[in-house]
Amino acid sequence: MAYSDKVIDHYTNPRNVGTLDKSSHKVGTGLVGAPECGDVMRLQIQVDDNNIITDAKFKTFGCGSAIASSSLATEWLKGKSVDDAMKIDNMDIVEELALPPVKIHCSVLAEDAIKAAINDFRVKNGMEPIALEKSHH
Amino acid sequence: MNIPIYLDNNATTPMDPRVLEAMLPYFNEKFGNAASRNHPFGWVAEEGVDYAREQVAKLIGATEKEIIFTSGATESDNLAIKGVFEMYKEKGNHIITAVTEHKAVLDACKHVEKLGGRVTYLPVKEDGLVDLEVLEAAMTPETILVSIMYGNNEIGVIQPIKEIAAIAHKYGALFMTDATQAVGKIPVNVIADGIDLLALSAHKMYGPKGVGALYVRRKGPRVKVTAQMDGGGHERGMRSGTLNVPGIVGLGKACEIAGLEMESEAIRLSALRDKLEKALTVLEESYVNGNVEHRLPHVANISFKYVEGEGLMMAMKDLAVSSGSACTSASLEPSYVLKSLGLSDDLAHSSIRFGLGRFTTEEEVDYAVEVTKTAVTNLRNMSPLWEMFKEGIDLDSIEWAEH
Repeated sequence: MAYSDKVIDHYTNPRNVGTLDKSSHKVGTGLVGAPECGDVMRLQIQVDDNNIITDAKFKTFGCGSAIASSSLATEWLKGKSVDDAMKIDNMDIVEELALPPVKIHCSVLAEDAIKAAINDFRVKNGMEPIALEKSHH
Repeated sequence: MNIPIYLDNNATTPMDPRVLEAMLPYFNEKFGNAASRNHPFGWVAEEGVDYAREQVAKLIGATEKEIIFTSGATESDNLAIKGVFEMYKEKGNHIITAVTEHKAVLDACKHVEKLGGRVTYLPVKEDGLVDLEVLEAAMTPETILVSIMYGNNEIGVIQPIKEIAAIAHKYGALFMTDATQAVGKIPVNVIADGIDLLALSAHKMYGPKGVGALYVRRKGPRVKVTAQMDGGGHERGMRSGTLNVPGIVGLGKACEIAGLEMESEAIRLSALRDKLEKALTVLEESYVNGNVEHRLPHVANISFKYVEGEGLMMAMKDLAVSSGSACTSASLEPSYVLKSLGLSDDLAHSSIRFGLGRFTTEEEVDYAVEVTKTAVTNLRNMSPLWEMFKEGIDLDSIEWAEH
C-alpha cells in the first residue's frame, strides 16, 4: 500500500528518537504494544515544575505508520501541559497522517503510549494514575 | 543498475524477452482457435500448442499427453485436489497435505473437507521439512492423495519428494506436488521422483502470467481427475475452455529456456544467494529461516531480530522484497509458514525474503546488502527492543499488553 507523504516524512526524518533518564522523577515512560503483535512503542516525556512537557522522546519497533505515529506524538507533546497532552486523541493522529483503516491501531498505540507515560509520571510524583477507558483495539 | 532492484522473484518473474518474442505472432497473425480442426488458422494454433506441450513435458520428464494446460498453478492445484477427490471417492476420502503449503492447496483441501473429505495437515520440522515418519503414521487405507509441495515459496526448502512419493504409493495413494517454485529452477523429473500429479506455473519461470499446467500421469498408474470446469471438453476432457494459445506458447518457450540454462543458473544464483546471506548474517541477531541444505538456489529468508519487517522494507525502498510480517497482509497475522517452523511471532514479523532471479546481477546483490545493513542498523537504533536487548533485559520477562 502507498504511504502518505506525511508518514514518509516522519519515517524518513523521525523527530525525537532517543532515550530520557527513566529513573528521573521528572520523566514519565510509557511502553506499550507487544513484540509478537509486531509493534512496541516507548514514549517518554520530561515535565517541568509548571507541568509543561519540555521534552519528549520515542523509540518504536513497528511498521512505518507506527514509527510515524510516535514521531508525530512527540512533536505534539513538546510544549504542551500534561493536562492538554491527555487530550490527544488517536483520531487526530489518523487525520494528520492520513492513515488507512488497517493502520488505525498504530495511532491507538501512540495514544496509549502518551497516556502510559503521563501515568508513569503521575505515579512517580505521588499522584493517582488517571483511569483510562479501555482503548479501541 | 536500475533502482528499485527487483528481488521478489518468488512472487513473480519478469518475462524473458525470448519468451515474449515466441508469443507475439500468436496474438495476431496466428490467432486461430487451437480447437478449430477444419482450417489452417486452427491448425497453426494447434501446432503452437502441441510444440509447447512437448517443451513442458520435456522439462519434467513427462510425455506430452500428460500435460493439461490451465490458467496457472492455483487452478492446477484446485483441479488436482478436487478432481482426485471426486474421481476416487469410492476408494477413500482422506487427503494428506502439510501446513506450509500454498493457500491454493490448503484452501482446496478445506473445500474438500466441506464436501465430506477428511484432511490431515502435517506439521513440519523446525527446518521446514516434512517428517517422513509422521507422514507414514498418518497414512490410512482411505488415503487417496498425498499433496506436498516441491519447494516452498517463502523459505525455499525442498521436500524429500522421492521419499514422500514412495510412502504414498506404499499405501496405495496418489502423490501430487505443487512444484510452482521448483520447476525451471532445479531438476524435476516425474518418473524419477514418482510424481502422479504436478502443478506448475509460467510466470514463476520467466513466462507470462495467467498460464500454467497440471501434469497427470498416464501410465503406472493411469491417473484421472474429474473436470472442475464444464464445457467443450478440451484437454482430454479435464479442463474445458478455449486454449490460451499465446500464453501456452510462452510457457513452452519458458520451459525450453529453463531446461537449457537452469543448471548453470542454479550455480550462479546459489553463489549470489550465499554471498548475500553471508554478508547479512554478519549482523548480530540475524537468522536464516528454513533448512539451508535442501533448498532452492535463489531464495534467502532472513529474520533480523528487533526490527519489524514492514518498517524494514520501507527503509529498503530501493529494493523490492517481501516480508513475513503481519503488516504486509490485511489479516495482521504473521506468516503461517514461518510460524509453523516454530518461529516466535516476533521473529516472523522480522523476516525478509530475498528472491533472486535470472536477471539479478552481482552488483545488485552487493547494493542490496548495503541497503539492508544500513536499514537494519538505523531501525535498531530506533527500536526499544534493541535497546533493551543491549541492556541485557530479557524481553520475555516483560508483561506485554497484548492488543
